[in-house]
Amino acid sequence: MLTRPSHDVVVIGAGVVGAACAYYAAEAGLSVAMVDRGPVAGGTTGAGEGNLLLSDKEPGPELDLALLSARLWTELAQQLPAAVEYEPKGGLVVASDPERHSALRAFAAGQAAAGVKAEEVPGERLHELEPHLAPGMAGGFLYPQDAQVQPALAAAHLLRAARLAGAELYLGEAVTGLPTGPDGAVTGVRTQRRELAAGAVVNAAGTWGGELAAMAGVSLPVLPRRGFVLVTEPLPRVVRHKVYAADYVADVASGSAALQTSAVVEGTPSGPVLIGASRERVGFDRTLSTEVLQRLAAQAAGLFPVLAGVRVLRAYRGFRPYLPDHLPAIGADPRVPGLYHACGHEGAGIGLAPATGLLIARQLTGERPELDLAPFRPDRFPA
Amino acid sequence: MATSPSDDLQPYDLAVIGAGPAGLAGAVAAADHGLRCALLDAGARPGGQYYRHPAPELGAARPDRLHHHWSVFTDLADRLAAHVAAGRIDHLAHHHVWTAEAGEQWRLHAAVGADSARSAVISARAVLLATGAYERQLPFPGWTLPGVVTAGGAQAMLKSGLVLPGHRVVVAGSGPLLLAAAASLTAAGAAVPAVVEAGDYLGYARRPGVLAAVPGKLVEGAVHGAALARHGVRLRRGSAVVRAHGTDRVTGVTVAALDARWRPVPGTERRIECDALAVGHGLVPQIELATELGAATRAVPDGTVALRVDGRQRTSVPGLWAAGETCGVGGAELAIAEGEAAALAIAGAQPPRALLSRRRRLRAFAELMAASHRPGPDWSAWLRPDTEVCRCEEVPVSAVREAVQELGAGDPRTVKLLTRAGMGWCQGRMCGPAVACLSGDGPQKPDSRPLSCPVVLGELAVLGESAELGESAGLAESAELGEPAGRPEN
Repeated sequence: MLTRPSHDVVVIGAGVVGAACAYYAAEAGLSVAMVDRGPVAGGTTGAGEGNLLLSDKEPGPELDLALLSARLWTELAQQLPAAVEYEPKGGLVVASDPERHSALRAFAAGQAAAGVKAEEVPGERLHELEPHLAPGMAGGFLYPQDAQVQPALAAAHLLRAARLAGAELYLGEAVTGLPTGPDGAVTGVRTQRRELAAGAVVNAAGTWGGELAAMAGVSLPVLPRRGFVLVTEPLPRVVRHKVYAADYVADVASGSAALQTSAVVEGTPSGPVLIGASRERVGFDRTLSTEVLQRLAAQAAGLFPVLAGVRVLRAYRGFRPYLPDHLPAIGADPRVPGLYHACGHEGAGIGLAPATGLLIARQLTGERPELDLAPFRPDRFPA
Repeated sequence: MATSPSDDLQPYDLAVIGAGPAGLAGAVAAADHGLRCALLDAGARPGGQYYRHPAPELGAARPDRLHHHWSVFTDLADRLAAHVAAGRIDHLAHHHVWTAEAGEQWRLHAAVGADSARSAVISARAVLLATGAYERQLPFPGWTLPGVVTAGGAQAMLKSGLVLPGHRVVVAGSGPLLLAAAASLTAAGAAVPAVVEAGDYLGYARRPGVLAAVPGKLVEGAVHGAALARHGVRLRRGSAVVRAHGTDRVTGVTVAALDARWRPVPGTERRIECDALAVGHGLVPQIELATELGAATRAVPDGTVALRVDGRQRTSVPGLWAAGETCGVGGAELAIAEGEAAALAIAGAQPPRALLSRRRRLRAFAELMAASHRPGPDWSAWLRPDTEVCRCEEVPVSAVREAVQELGAGDPRTVKLLTRAGMGWCQGRMCGPAVACLSGDGPQKPDSRPLSCPVVLGELAVLGESAELGESAGLAESAELGEPAGRPEN
């Protein structure tokens, strides 16, 4: 039986970005419905490491978004339960040789001008920050604003807070269509079980955001970019910060389909060390790649030799929602009235979720957003 | 025949993963037909869990006392030894395969050694997956107390070490393993005050045709039954242990009658004193090496998920065959028939009709038995909020229920993400069925387990050294095959 509740906005996608959209929209007093074909955090969010990074972003629109988000995460950490495992542990980027160190220095200087805190750490002082780090590093930079959350719990608790503020959840219901009115405006969402009438629809479908945009008749070229994460046996605190080699930044910015790996190593409150961040464009192929495992393991052991002797218990993979210019699509779609996009955050969705949610809520309520949304326009790609 | 050294470095015709009944039968039958085989197994000696037997050092006089059909095993073991001596089979003990890469030439990555500290890559043109099954556990209050062991664990303790888990052992759960465990325990001198079977055996009786077609199963059941009757063991059907008592160790259990949905019937509780409890709810096929490659699966009537195979034991993945419990739990006799059928198919030989019909009859019986031992939908009614579901990560029932009811987890994967249930050492093998039930996600799906077992990070880090990964045949391949027992440590 079809029911027809009326909502101000329907958010599609119960990942961390959709959860943040629902949270800020509900906090702003809008009546919100959330729809997902699966459970909470069933897509890329559940496969993420929970990186809230400023350190890997060059000055520009994404860094502006990340700075706003970092501020919002500190607020959310006060409001959400401790279970989300928010840890402002700081990031440590290390350079193996003087050449990379000076490149890193120039990169950090640009970031500092944009408002990022970055402290140079000479090679001989790295061990004060990370006692188990491999000897012989040229130096590094400490980014105290880098932080971590447990992404699935963060999404789940954001959604719970949204529900307490009045949002309705329809999980396990796939969207089957986006009905439009005579003027071409989206009038709501049709699922397997119901029709939800709403003045606005937010596409927070992540890696599947392109398919959803196509339902509304517009193109949004979201592609999957596969990543693997290795999880070790539980260990005492051997890694204190988010530690990665300076090469990581180049990998994140690359548009290449080929495999790139640069290990980001971090401890977790539960004990296991996470080793992440391979990037390759292979569609939705879920097959385990031993080449990826090998590279991540070798790089992790290169940074922390003590890890060579520990056991890897698990590996998991996810598919980052990737747009060709590495920026997400955020905001109203000028091609389809009533349709908003909040997807395409690639590997930075956990970090960028709160800013995305807040900016979408600002647009929905007609308030002035904190940032210029022009760089994130969903119609910026040629059809 | 050429005799250049490179001939020794060809990939195997067949790699068999698992040296239990299915794998043993498959390897020897394939070698009989001229295939060069590698037989890989995580254990030290052939036989798997079923034909587990004491280490030679223990000097056990009669390992056969705890086994039915022991001569079947000794026959297979003798044929294996002959093939090994003739160079047709390499028996690679202590090789625990953690991932399989499919292709014209398969590459099996194994953790090697009793401590799994080394690694090896084995290349083969075809793979027979005979990785068996692991025990299904359904938690209940007190199940983490010392003295509570798995039914299969009790069997294993007896078979490999001739050790009893206690003097007075209640056997509980569901499935034919319970009768076998109880018979072994009494034979070894333990008192078994009760065998508590949650299912009912009426299912077997409803299909007499299927039963009559496998007289061996009737004999087996009768042998167990007679042995138990002789020792005064009482079989309680439609009942379950709903609580184990004790502080430092189990001192007794509460048994209750179950309704048709396995909900304990109030007022039927009875306490039975004991110093050990052996409990298990049947077996779960161990299939992740195949499902990680996208192999098709099927739902088995016992609530588990098994590989889907065709009449020749082929999975949906080209080059990958499966036999035995991986195709649905059915016991050693069926496993041997399927292993042999798979080997003949791989060798391109026509399996004898008698073999095919035996396999069909045994499989039909297995399906019938599976339906009788499927956990009832309401078994979780015997749980309490503080009952641990995941022992590795110490996750209680209340946390799982909160994740489902409050946090939007609708499937086992999300419950795992939100509670850590299933993230520990056993990778959800212990808690998987319980978590699946509590998350209310309908029929069970195969667990995602990209690494079948833990791997030392330093070994992963040097994976590419013996062969350039992703490259096809040539020198790189020969480098790894020259050292089938593993790369030297450096």
